[in-house]
Amino acid sequence: MAFTAAVITFPDSNCDRDMAVAIEKITGGTVHRVWHGDAELPTGLDFIALPGGFSYGDYLRSGAMAARSPVMQAVVAAANRGVTVLGVCNGFQVLTEAGLLPGALMRNAGIRFVCRDVPLVVENNQSLFTARYTAGQRIMIPVAHHDGNYFADAETLDRLEGEGRIAFRYAEPVNGSQRDIAGVLNDAGNVLGMMPHPERMIEPAHGGSDGRALFESVLAGLGVAA
Amino acid sequence: MKIRVHVSLKNGVLDPQGRAIHHALEGLGFEGVNDVRAGRLIEMDVADSTTDAALEDMCRKLLANQVIENFRIEKVA
Repeated sequence: MAFTAAVITFPDSNCDRDMAVAIEKITGGTVHRVWHGDAELPTGLDFIALPGGFSYGDYLRSGAMAARSPVMQAVVAAANRGVTVLGVCNGFQVLTEAGLLPGALMRNAGIRFVCRDVPLVVENNQSLFTARYTAGQRIMIPVAHHDGNYFADAETLDRLEGEGRIAFRYAEPVNGSQRDIAGVLNDAGNVLGMMPHPERMIEPAHGGSDGRALFESVLAGLGVAA
Repeated sequence: MKIRVHVSLKNGVLDPQGRAIHHALEGLGFEGVNDVRAGRLIEMDVADSTTDAALEDMCRKLLANQVIENFRIEKVA
């Protein structure tokens, strides 16, 4: 069966098309575009992506309103059933607000919006999302965010470190994130949230293709025919 | 019933916004400002029958993110 994915579009999502194109190009699969007001997801999904953007104008807190939208109840249920879920940038904020990932994403410590390519270190290459990278590999992936400053209490951070749930770290200061965390996994390993945008680094015309291996990892890890 | 919900950052959580406001106040020449923390005020008009438990539930489920924020509910006469 072909790889089947869904990309959720919230009002003010703006990376949903890029995400859909990246998934289609790399996996050769089918990508359903799902609107935030839909209460149900397409059946037979292997992969759900929450894209970047400024859902609901970042009202209240980044990701807060989107996390309470009808489709997110279906996404939470799917994640709890073991469906693979990736949240990028605003998608990461939505995943923390929905309680699928620990911590919160606060205003960048330097106040400024940060938009540039940043070096990341692959901290854990044993996960479903990172198996095609090598441990400690340094990759370049762009960020574009105002609220990417990852915060969790020290006990939670220690637990994340101990359990190998920090997928990526910034290799240089970017936004004030605790312990330079750029991407975290859930307990079961089927949910990843990250501020950098792998879907914007998948072919030479993008200036690099370091994001490809993330999607290739998922495709290989799920064992679904491309 | 008029309700005010005060949402503030927990102690120990860095507040870049508060720090920027602090710097701006100093830039305007105000002296003796030791610290600034920015929060959020949410005003609601709710049915008189709304219970305290329901108000707290609203705060926990949406109005405050308890990873980083505290909330205080004030009933305005």
